[in-house]
Amino acid sequence: MSTAAAGRRWRRPPVLIQSRRTRWLVYGGLLIYLALAISTVEVNWLRVYEGLDRGWRFAQGFLAPDFVSRWKDISQGLAESLTMTVTSTVVGVLLAVPIGIGAARNVAPMPIYLFCRAIIALSRTFQEVIVAIFFVAMFGFGPFAGFLTLAFATIGFMAKLLAEDIEDIDEAQAEAVRATGASFPQLINYGIQPQVMPRLIGLSLYRLDINFRESAVIGIVGAGGIGATLNTAIDRYEYDSAGAILLLIILIVMAAEYSSSHVRGWVQ
Amino acid sequence: MLRLDNLAKRYKTGDHALRGVSLEVDRGQIVGLIGPSGAGKSTLIRCINRLVEPTGGKVYLNDVELTSMSGADLRRVRRRIGMIFQEYALVERLTVMENVLSGRLGYVPFWRSFLRRYPQADVDKAFALLERVGLAEHADKRADELSGGQRQRVGIARALEQDPELLLIDEPTASLDPKTSRQIMRLIREICEERSLPAVINIHDVLLARMFVDRIIGLTAGEVVFDGPPAELDDAVLTRIYGAEDWTAMQTAAAEDAEDAEDAAAAHGGHVRRAAEGERPEERLAGLA
Repeated sequence: MSTAAAGRRWRRPPVLIQSRRTRWLVYGGLLIYLALAISTVEVNWLRVYEGLDRGWRFAQGFLAPDFVSRWKDISQGLAESLTMTVTSTVVGVLLAVPIGIGAARNVAPMPIYLFCRAIIALSRTFQEVIVAIFFVAMFGFGPFAGFLTLAFATIGFMAKLLAEDIEDIDEAQAEAVRATGASFPQLINYGIQPQVMPRLIGLSLYRLDINFRESAVIGIVGAGGIGATLNTAIDRYEYDSAGAILLLIILIVMAAEYSSSHVRGWVQ
Repeated sequence: MLRLDNLAKRYKTGDHALRGVSLEVDRGQIVGLIGPSGAGKSTLIRCINRLVEPTGGKVYLNDVELTSMSGADLRRVRRRIGMIFQEYALVERLTVMENVLSGRLGYVPFWRSFLRRYPQADVDKAFALLERVGLAEHADKRADELSGGQRQRVGIARALEQDPELLLIDEPTASLDPKTSRQIMRLIREICEERSLPAVINIHDVLLARMFVDRIIGLTAGEVVFDGPPAELDDAVLTRIYGAEDWTAMQTAAAEDAEDAEDAAAAHGGHVRRAAEGERPEERLAGLA
């Protein structure tokens, strides 16, 4: 029943920038910069107009995909991509496990830690396309270069996430295993593996579908698989075949997504 | 049996967790280590099996010095020191049986532990221990499906599976209700008596310590300030260990709480035969499992 508090105004205190003037300056400045930046982007409207037509043909290809006339190329490309995806994921994950353990600060001694972190950094610095170009130059066109690229990228991705997961474990469980007189491999097997396994499986499945999508991209620079088929189709202006390929990629990625979320729920 | 000689631990942050602790524990003796939080109780028991590296002094177990050991020698000694933890520290995603068998890790080669092909004798022992702590039918359950008291009993079975010569017990009842706490302490006490095992128990609860241990050591700021039988633990000593507080009032209140909890549990659990202290404890435990 206190009347003293009645009618007191309340406003949320400013979150990021305290001073009203700097706030206006910063936001206003950003807006002006955005306007100027957009105005510098040169758009050739005539070219856009011509391009609309090509875009339309591409879209039409999508709407009337042709699976038949190039089916041999498509099925071969898909098979190559799937092989590449599965083998590179398996090899990548197998190599990532020891590296990930080595890169976890709470289990690895300093020199090993730094060494493994360096491998991870190296693998993560280079985008797949660049790595693929390098391997294609080294081993020639074809799925072998693609396999190496994806395996290399998988190592960095999986090892980093695994190491982080190991650093987040419940130390008490590992300590209890150590207290029984367990050796280092036993500590990993009993104290750590059960704690990180569900996430490791989940991430491997996630990486499997990333690798499939990437296999389509790196195929364009010559690393084999469905990407190479897609590239050929586009080069030949066969947008109906290209549309068929894209649809298949979408279907496979969706199937992978759906089944991996099921498996993840199951391994918890 | 166990001898600590001027044991000291100084953390990298500069905190002196232990300042020259010397004590001896004889065969079959149950020692309760009490003291305020941060007094160094946890550090002390972890220095014994070298989960924490002491920075000074020596630890002897059966006249073997542990402080200078490393690698395989250290593991060989560790496997004879069972440890029971606060919050149980079971490997949550492994089964009860795997947790108990993990007590054998110091004895079996890697391939056996990896494939879960433990020698028959180890498996027999594990089943016998689960029986002993009243969890025989839970062997294949995952550890995280059990209740707190059940988990702590798995922890006890794991420690015993090691064939220990010494038990180190870190706040065994910190996350249990008063009734379960007593049952767990009683179980620990009985097991130590059966095997004339010495034990060092860190314990927060002074009343529980009084009830179940042979000897109490009071630790304050890394130093032993009291060492004697529970009977000598009076208000003056408690003040020396913990600082000034109205000890009598606290103890009365705590005793009432514990009784209330037992009454409530009895009312719900249908403990008709509540000859409580006279009844054979293991039967009660088995009944509750």
